[in-house]
Parts: sequence; structure tokens; C-alpha cells
Amino acid sequence: MQWFGFKRTIKLGIKSLWMHRLRSILTTLGIIFGVCSVIAMLAIGEGASRQTQEAIARLGSSNIIIETVKPPQKQTDSGSGNTVISYGLTYADAEAIRNCIPNVEVAVPIRQLDQQARYLNRKLPIKLIGTIPWYTEISPISVIRGRFLTSIDVEYRLNVCVIDEKTARDLFLFDDPMGQDIKIYGSYYRVMGISSSTIQNNHSNSFGGSNFETSDQAIGYVYIPVSTAKIRFTEFKASFDGGTSSRERVELQKITIKVQSMEQIIPIRNVLQALLENRHKEKDYNIIVPLELLKQAAQSKRIFNIVLGSIAAISLLVGGIGIMNIMLASVSERTREIGIRRALGAKKKDIIFQFLTETVLLTLIGGLVGIAVGALIPFLVTRFGNMPTVITTWSILLSFGISGATGITFGLYPAWRAANMDPIESLRHE
Amino acid sequence: MPIISIKNMTKTFQIGDVRLDALKNLDLTINKGEYITIMGPSGSGKSTMLNLLGCLDTPTKGQYFLDGQDIATLEDDLLSKIRGKKTGFIFQSYNLIAQLNIIENIEVPMYYQGMSETLSKERAEELAEIVGLSDRLKHKPSELSGGQQQRVAIARALANDPVVLLADEPTGNLDSKSGYEILEILNDLHEKGKTLIVITHDDRIAKLSERTIHLLDGRIDKEDNNKR
Ligand SMILES: Nc1ncnc2c1ncn2[C@@H]1O[C@H](COP(=O)(O)OP(=O)(O)O)[C@@H](O)[C@H]1O
Ligand SMILES: [Mg+2]
Repeated sequence: MQWFGFKRTIKLGIKSLWMHRLRSILTTLGIIFGVCSVIAMLAIGEGASRQTQEAIARLGSSNIIIETVKPPQKQTDSGSGNTVISYGLTYADAEAIRNCIPNVEVAVPIRQLDQQARYLNRKLPIKLIGTIPWYTEISPISVIRGRFLTSIDVEYRLNVCVIDEKTARDLFLFDDPMGQDIKIYGSYYRVMGISSSTIQNNHSNSFGGSNFETSDQAIGYVYIPVSTAKIRFTEFKASFDGGTSSRERVELQKITIKVQSMEQIIPIRNVLQALLENRHKEKDYNIIVPLELLKQAAQSKRIFNIVLGSIAAISLLVGGIGIMNIMLASVSERTREIGIRRALGAKKKDIIFQFLTETVLLTLIGGLVGIAVGALIPFLVTRFGNMPTVITTWSILLSFGISGATGITFGLYPAWRAANMDPIESLRHE
Repeated sequence: MPIISIKNMTKTFQIGDVRLDALKNLDLTINKGEYITIMGPSGSGKSTMLNLLGCLDTPTKGQYFLDGQDIATLEDDLLSKIRGKKTGFIFQSYNLIAQLNIIENIEVPMYYQGMSETLSKERAEELAEIVGLSDRLKHKPSELSGGQQQRVAIARALANDPVVLLADEPTGNLDSKSGYEILEILNDLHEKGKTLIVITHDDRIAKLSERTIHLLDGRIDKEDNNKR
């Protein structure tokens, strides 16, 4: 069939569809909703998945993170009097990991405290991080000015600190923080460097119950040598639950390990597990492997896609059956027209082509409207639901392709029926 | 020169167990430029015969040559092609396509012969002028009177310049004035050399033609030569 024939068939199809506007619109609704839900769900799923992946990637894909967790039984036996609960990771653990496990590039102990920093009369709530110079290896922060902590700082337990941009801005306003002293918990720390702010994301993520570094916009970060933290801050923390008070003692909140290559992550994780099981009576730690989380995220995304695919397939099947139903009705209603066309020289394939064109036009128009509406939904979700969404090009192409395919699949039978009607019978049809 | 030649043609319909010979061993020759009318009581096989002549159907037995081509054994696609190119049908109930305007209705047969849009539009306008409907080109069939619709149908039948025009009671649905106008147009066409085969119930119409074939129970009962 020549191009002009094709163009005229499309024009003719539009004319026929236009003649039954309401019916055409109702027919396409199934496709519109189907495509619309596919686009919207894909966009929301993709957004969530990317957010997850970014959050995990920030943890470092060649890192293993060990976190202190409060063992469950300790929470219940709070007894009667004042008890001291001691749990979690210790400096000795960090030492043991560094000494016993091969292929570990760095093992970074992290002590984390909620504190307040002061400069002149200004105060700022901060997360105080006691750590070692290799912290920069395992964290996405970078030093913008000055330097990070050094071995000498750690060795001599110096009262020095590195502050993040946020702290620098909020505490010093227009002053130069470099070389100034800030006051935390009664001691002064000299600012040796400024780092980038930890995370620029204001969504909080949690996986498997453990909260990862999530930055509160209102909180600054201050890094000091872990050894300094050890002597300046008590490891005891009072906690009150019910009427009784108890005290907790935790040395390190975290030890982050960077391995030399990704293939070593799983073996090292296993060795770590054995080592820690040996050293701890209770399971008061949690090992997180970001790489595994990434794999899990990819896996759950695959599952999500399969579920989504099934929903989409079902809704398009329903839409397609609706279209087939209407087209069959249309064919029998237009029996006479078919007879006339056959009498005037239309071949069977001309009739097939005509009806197929109409169906495909319907589904493609439905697809386009569905894509437009479907693109609007993620936009609204992002705007009002504060959730990230990503509309990918391939999801649009896919939806458009599927609508066309639905049209062909479900249009073929009605078109075939139309073409195979006996011309004379059709002409006699009232 | 014969434009249509039928030899020993039979058309049998099977309705359940009953076989019905709608046409029985028909022989007929029609020359180029002839004006033929077919008469006969209802159910005598007139429409069946016209459908066969117009290649809408194939005979059960016998031979049919149209413009020198053997039609009886052609496959569907070729039959469609010949229908569109060599015959022009005019129906009692006009049979225009409702969603198309006048010009587009006239274009339909040309479209199926693969003529370009520019050419077919031009030709359709000429034809509309021949049947006196130049001022109604953009109208839909429903906006036209019966006589006007039948004139569109005639224009459409002429679209591919067929070798024969076939009309099944073309004035059957029309008042006498409109019917007369249609007959005028057919007469003009005959005078310009078109071959016409027209089914009618009306003796006065039959008298306008050169030859009248009377059918009875699927056979040719008699033939009248109306030329004096
Ligand atoms: N498709 C068909 N199936 C069965 N019988 C038919 C069919 N078409 C016509 N007939 C029968 O053939 C005979 C001739 O019909 P037709 O040619 O329509 O007569 P006319 O046009 O002269 O009134 C009638 O008895 C009719 O019932
Ligand atoms: Mg009849």
C-alpha cells in the first residue's frame, strides 16, 4: 500500500471514530487508565528505587558498617535500682579488626555524640563525631578548606576539630572559622578545617530497622579525634524508662571498614561476623553491607517491576477486551458500509486494514492521553506527596508501544470478521 | 462486440437441506453500448443475476466473460479489483457511506483502485457536475434528498469509467419526478455510449431501453426488442 493510501486510511479512520465520538472516548478509557497507571507506577517506583540506591551508594559500596545496637534483653531487665548497662562496640573491637582481618584497607571507629557547639554567643546543636583521619576514606565528605584530622591529632589527643559547612555558616556567620576555637561541653576545640556537609538529602531512609546517616538540616557536624573524645566525654549516658533510671555505657557507635576490592566484601563480612561473635556475648552489633543492600534493592525492584508488569498487562488486557467488544459491535453495525465498500472494489485486506487502523488509532490516542495524564500524576506526587519520581523515556516508549500492540492484537479479530463477511449478505443488511 | 457473455450459467443456493436454483442454465450476450432492462416477478432471480454480472458473486456452474475476461473462476482479490474497475453499481437504496461527504463518497471506488487523492478529487468534482450536484460537494448524504443521493450513487458508479453500469431498481425508492431525473441521466449516459443493465418493475422504464429481458423462475422467459 502506497503512503498516500495509508494517509487516507488514517483520515478515514479518524472520520469514522469522530462520527461516534462518545463511543470512541469510552472505548479508549480502558487504555487511558491502563497506560496512565503504568506510567505513574513506573515513575514512582523508579523514583523510590533511585533514592534508595543513592542512599545506599552514599554508605559506600566497598564499605562494611558495624553499628552498635542495644541488645533486646537489656531493655527489659532494667531491674529495680540503678544499673549500668554496658554494650556495643569497643575500641578493642576496632583494634582487633585492624589487626586480625587481612585485606582491610581501613577500619574507622566512630563515636557519635549529640552535643551543642558555641562560638561567641551563638549556639548550634551538632553531631559530634569522634574518629580517625581515615574517616574521609569511608564517608562521602570532602575537605573544602584546611585539613582533616591527622595521626598526630589522634596520638596527642589534641583539642582540634573539623567542622562542616553548615556549622561554619551558622556559628561563624561572616567570620573566618579557620583557627578559631569553638566550645563544646566545656572544652575548646580549634577549627583546623572545613568539610562539605554530609548529606544534601532531606529524606530519611531506613533499611532493616537501622537508620543511616540522615542529615537534619538543623544539625551541624563536628569531627574531633576519637582519642580526644574518649577523654573529654563520658561513655555513660543516663536513660530513664518507666520510673527507674539506668545508665548505659557505649564506647563506639560505629566501626566502618573499607575493603580493598569489592569481591572481598562477603568473605570479610563472614570473618568479621565470626570475630565479633567471639568477642561479644550478646548480639549488640549489626553488620551492614551496602553492596548487599544494593543487590537487595535491585532484587526488590525486579519484583516490583514484575508485579507492575502483571498489573499493567491485566489492565491492558481488560482495556483490550473492551476495545475488541466495541469493535465487534462497530463491525456488525457497519455491516452495510462494509458491503458497499466491497461492492465498490475493496479487497478483504483493504477492509482489514481499515478496521485495524481504527482500532490502533483508538489505542494510540488512548496511549497518548494516558501518557499525558500518567505524567501528571508523578508530578503531583512529587509536588504534594514530597516523594521523588522519575519518568523515564523508555517507560513512555514502552507504554506507547504497548497501546499500539494492544490495538493490533485486539483489533485483528474484529477486522478479520469484517473482511470475511459476504458482500451480498452485507448489502442486504439493514 | 459482446461486452458480456454468459453461457449455461446456473446459480444454486443451499438453504439447509433445500437446494434452490435461482438461475437455471442462462445464456445471454450483451453488446457494448446496449441499454438492457430486466423485468420479472419478485423472486424470479433478477438481483441474483445482476450480482453475478457485477462480480459480487460467482456462478455455481457455467461461464461468464466480462470484457473478454473469464470471471467464473477468479479468486476474491481479483474479483474485487474487477468489481471496482469494470462495473459500476447503482442500488435501490443508494447505499452511500454516511460519515463521508458527497465528494468523498464519489472518490471511494477510485481510492480502492489506488488513484492519488489529487486526481480522484478532481475526477469526483467532474462527475458531481455531470449529475448536477456541484453545489453540494461538502454535504453529508443525510442532508440530501433521495433523488440527489441516487445521483451521487450514479456519479460514484461512473468513477472508474466502468464498462458496464448495473442498476437494481434505481428509481424504486423515488417519487416520479426524481425517478424521471434519474432516468434522464441514465439515458444521457447511454447516449454517450455506456452499457446499461437496469432492473425495473415499470413497463414505461422498460420501454426506454433497447432490449428487455423477462425472467421467470430463474429462466429467461422472453426478450422484447423495444427498438422500432
Ligand atoms: N443468498 C441467498 N440465499 C438463499 N437464497 C437466495 C439468496 N439470494 C436469493 N435467494 C433466492 O433466490 C431467488 C431469487 O432471488 P432474487 O434474485 O433476489 O429475486 P428478485 O431480485 O428477482 O426478486 C429467491 O427465491 C430468493 O429467495
Ligand atoms: Mg431484487
